[in-house]
Amino acid sequence: MAAHIGIFAVVVAVFLSICAVSSAQDLQIVNAERRIDLSSHIVKAFLTLKVENIGKNPAPEMLLAFSPTQIKNLAMVQALAITGKKKKKTYLPLDVKPTEQPDAPNDTGYYRVSFASPLGPGETVSLEVLYILTHSLEPFPVEITQSESQLVYYHDSAVILSPYLVKQQTTFVKTPSTRVESFTSIEPANRAGKEIKYGPYENRASYSYTPVIIHFENNSPFAVVEELVREIEISHWGSLQITENYRLTHGGARHKGVFSRVDYQSKRSVSGASSFNALLAVLPPRVNSVYYRDDIGNISTSHLRTGFRKSELEFEPRYPLFGGWRATFIIGYRVPLEDYLFEASDGRRYLNFTFGCPLVETIVNKLTIKVVLPEGSKDPSAVLPFTVNQDLQVKYSYLDIVGRTVVVLQKDNVVPTHNVPFQVYYTFKPIYMLAEPFMLVSAFFFVFVASLAYVHIDLNIARK
Amino acid sequence: MAALESPQPATATAMRHAFGNVLSVLILVLIGVLAFSIRLFSVIKYESVIHEFDPYFNYRVTQFLSKNGIYEFWNWFDDRTWYPLGRVIGGTVYPGLTLTAGTIWWVLNSLNIPLSVETVCVFTAPVFSAFASWATYLLTKEVKGSGAGLAAAALLAMVPSYISRSVAGSYDNEAVAIFALIFTFYLYIKTLNTGSLFYATLNALAYFYMVCSWGGYTFIINLIPMHVLLCIVTGRYSPRLYIAYAPLVVLGTLLAALVPVVGFNAVLTSEHFASFLVFIIIHVVALVYYIKGILTPKMFKVAVTLVVSIGMVVCLIVVAILVALVASSPTGGWSGRSLSLLDPTYASKYIPIIASVSEHQPPTWPSYFMDINVLAFLVPAGIIACFSPLSDSSSFVVLYIVMSVYFSGVMVRLMLVLAPAACIMSGIALSQAFDVFTGSIKYQLGGSSNSADDAEDTNNAPKDDAAAGKTDKGEETVKERSSKKGKKKEREPVEKPSIKSKIKKKALVLPLEASIVALLLLIMLGAFYVIHCVWAAAEAYSAPSIVLTSQSRDGLHVFDDFRESYAWLSHNTDVDDKVASWWDYGYQTTAMANRTVIVDNNTWNNTHIATVGTAMSSPEKAAWEIFNSLDVKYVLVVFGGLIGYPSDDINKFLWMVRIGGGVFPHIKEADYLRDGQYRIDSEATPTMLNCLMYKLSYYRFVETDGKGYDRVRRTEIGKKNFKLTHFEEVFTSHHWMVRIYKLKPARNRIRGKAKKLKSKTSSGWSSKSAKKNPWI
Repeated sequence: MAAHIGIFAVVVAVFLSICAVSSAQDLQIVNAERRIDLSSHIVKAFLTLKVENIGKNPAPEMLLAFSPTQIKNLAMVQALAITGKKKKKTYLPLDVKPTEQPDAPNDTGYYRVSFASPLGPGETVSLEVLYILTHSLEPFPVEITQSESQLVYYHDSAVILSPYLVKQQTTFVKTPSTRVESFTSIEPANRAGKEIKYGPYENRASYSYTPVIIHFENNSPFAVVEELVREIEISHWGSLQITENYRLTHGGARHKGVFSRVDYQSKRSVSGASSFNALLAVLPPRVNSVYYRDDIGNISTSHLRTGFRKSELEFEPRYPLFGGWRATFIIGYRVPLEDYLFEASDGRRYLNFTFGCPLVETIVNKLTIKVVLPEGSKDPSAVLPFTVNQDLQVKYSYLDIVGRTVVVLQKDNVVPTHNVPFQVYYTFKPIYMLAEPFMLVSAFFFVFVASLAYVHIDLNIARK
Repeated sequence: MAALESPQPATATAMRHAFGNVLSVLILVLIGVLAFSIRLFSVIKYESVIHEFDPYFNYRVTQFLSKNGIYEFWNWFDDRTWYPLGRVIGGTVYPGLTLTAGTIWWVLNSLNIPLSVETVCVFTAPVFSAFASWATYLLTKEVKGSGAGLAAAALLAMVPSYISRSVAGSYDNEAVAIFALIFTFYLYIKTLNTGSLFYATLNALAYFYMVCSWGGYTFIINLIPMHVLLCIVTGRYSPRLYIAYAPLVVLGTLLAALVPVVGFNAVLTSEHFASFLVFIIIHVVALVYYIKGILTPKMFKVAVTLVVSIGMVVCLIVVAILVALVASSPTGGWSGRSLSLLDPTYASKYIPIIASVSEHQPPTWPSYFMDINVLAFLVPAGIIACFSPLSDSSSFVVLYIVMSVYFSGVMVRLMLVLAPAACIMSGIALSQAFDVFTGSIKYQLGGSSNSADDAEDTNNAPKDDAAAGKTDKGEETVKERSSKKGKKKEREPVEKPSIKSKIKKKALVLPLEASIVALLLLIMLGAFYVIHCVWAAAEAYSAPSIVLTSQSRDGLHVFDDFRESYAWLSHNTDVDDKVASWWDYGYQTTAMANRTVIVDNNTWNNTHIATVGTAMSSPEKAAWEIFNSLDVKYVLVVFGGLIGYPSDDINKFLWMVRIGGGVFPHIKEADYLRDGQYRIDSEATPTMLNCLMYKLSYYRFVETDGKGYDRVRRTEIGKKNFKLTHFEEVFTSHHWMVRIYKLKPARNRIRGKAKKLKSKTSSGWSSKSAKKNPWI
């Protein structure tokens, strides 16, 4: 078996390398525009590429290259093909997959974008690529006091890293405020207000890399959930119970020295500018029985607004979070089953729920979603638009005998863009719903029978 | 309940009895539900959370138990408290409560009912109060019949004194101990009434559970010997008394010695001596009765003179040994708390640490009314009812109430022991009153009921207790007791009391109108009691005290500062950091913040507490050195001045000074008082204004309103603008109730001064005398 896999891997690798080599020679990027948004701690980059096939063979795909530091922090890459002219633009999502290249220089990482139809010789295509980076703003100074605001470094290249020749390119970097301490200037580069413009640069060879550092102020909340465990428990009696265990931290510059409540309360604008104490969770509509607590009890600072399309839970941790401070809490709620559980055409049932973290503008380092299926359900399978680690567990809950199957989905580095629906399919016979009530009824029955018997049987040895 | 119960016409038919039994069971179930649900106010009004101070420790121990198992629990050395001494938890804790909750948790989890340890702990107390009311029913039933039992159970289910210690979340020893106490007494009375060794063994086991649960077990082991002695002195000795008492002492003492926290104390301390003395006496008496039985009266007289003369000598020797033993121990073999029971002024004179606890203070009169309410008026009636006629069991409850009234007068906490006694007495009183009134109404309405009563009287005699059920009307137990006696000796006394009671019954017939009015008044009294209890449960005793609320015009305001700071400590400090605070917050800090503390609510080491007290009352530099020598990283103070929270550290400060000064004489209470008055305004003494507690409490307080107005003391603070040199503020909670400071690291030493400084630090803070520190 192992040998087979090995051979298979070699074949795939050879095949891929041939593809890569051929397309690297065949494609070129006529025009590239990159807009990097640094306004929060989630870095979003939008690439608009115009790709031309200058080779002789049709090219089915192209490669996107990322530097080793970026590939490590890359949360998501999406690509859209633009067809049609200005008014009638249509966007067609393309398939994007991480890939390896054997001849990658300096550990460059790659994503492969498959075109909807292979790009014929001489043809061009316009692509919109969105990629999201986490943990890419490095605080400097590393430690700040309560009265300082937070400055961060952003490292990138002024030119787009690409395995292809880029004929013309421009990069725009948007900073959250006008306060930019410094930025590496690669002519032509200039700054206007909140925007830094690099370029236009022309005819940069493949794998060109011009490192730049931008040092700027960013006081947006660096809310990082180190670990989030969401447990979705399906009860066929009519509800879905969701319990979310958060371990939250402030991922920005570490807080140093004194925390003065007097300053924090009276001079809110200058004191603790980078700290945050309010968070917003977007919960499903028709949510009920919401609770917000931690290990030592209820936390009273939260407001719930239920709406028609979504509910919003605005809550505060027990204390404001400064750089490096941590907090743990649990949010739990219940939603009606009929909104999320459906029956597929083949008789199986499936749960359709949102992946990701309900908190807005947060990074989740490690997300675990546990879907607890009702006792007696079989053949679970999960369907997701991206790859996650999957696992099966067994959980014993109220009066279970065989235990409930738990589908565990685990993914690192999750950003709000991952909040897309996923499905878990399983088969379930409704008769199992009656198992536990029946058990209880029979247990009470036996208790009464036993007490009846006890009253009527004379256990005395000696006759009175 | 009593109103429901008493009018049941009691005829001799089995059907009626069955119906009565079912009704009793139903009422008991309802009483259990009542006892449980009246204690849920705290969960409904606040949340399902552990309350106050000690429960947090118990909760933490239970968590440890459920995680690590029983053997690890016995061997648990807790290094998170009393740093650097630590504490052997397994050997210093009464394990009853923890084991009970741990067992409940284990059983539930093995049934796949995944309740958290916290949930189990929160609801242990309400569940056990239901058990306690059932035990009360059993006990009172043994004394005065099931009518009184039901009334007493209903009263106990909602007596405010007990509610105060057993609301949901109040996870303290008393929660299970009161049940154990009543149940032990019940089994004692049961043994006394039946003379069954089976019950005697159960009694020893119940006593064992009580020893496991609470230090108050000494009350049992003193009260029962007293009762035995009373019985002997009043000539009520019987073999049943012997069976009720002797196995209890032997088995009970052996079992008690198994509990690590008691160990050899079960035979060594004076609290237990009474039981051994009475144990000897009852054997002598038993021997005398036996000899009296086999000898002729003449021979007996000779024997008596012989035995008395030898016996006196032996007694003298034993007494001499005892006295020598007692005298050899420093406190005369009595623990401080017990001593303060015998001499109420003892604690305030010698042990400030016991006196500083508010629940060790004597209660005020209003607190009696608050805690037992109308029972206080019913108790005398109950005592009278117990005397007519007096039996072994009724004399026991009389003794119980007398003793508990005395103890509750010494320590407000022991009001808890009084509550069951008061409930039993009031239950008896109510039941008897209802009996008399309904009986006379029945008599007035028709003569037929009278003959029914007679029929009942004649029928009652041959019945055993179980079948007698609820029909009895007070005289039943008397008859039973006398009939048992009668079996042994002569039949004559059987007739006497029943004739007497018949005469009494005739005499007690009251006019119809008076009876009805009296009944209505009694019902009103009961209603008043119920209203008061519900009010007390809802308003007075349900606050968890870690979260405070205040009702203002714009709605409910929640002060959750304690948990805010504990959560901060737990997530944002190093796991091995030591936190110093006054001992009140020790248990909470270890349980909620999971940080090592210097002192906690288990005040076993007075010197250690005095050290912290001294640090709090010293100037900054000296305090820093004390704390630094204890490896303390953070100092936590509770400050209520901003929002007007009165039980803060400034108000407790004098106790810190007293306790500190008790061990380190350079701290003098007089230095902190201006003309005997404790004040923090501009008139305060410089010692007060420079001490650490003042500084940590009021640091930058003046910046909140510009004046520094303290809302608790209702004055402007004395010293407004000052800087801290050795401490830095690292956290202050939202309403300033908890302030946490970090010890600044020691400054780098300058080369030339190094030696000089070193000599100063090594000379130490303890040897510094009363004069103020020169290097401040």
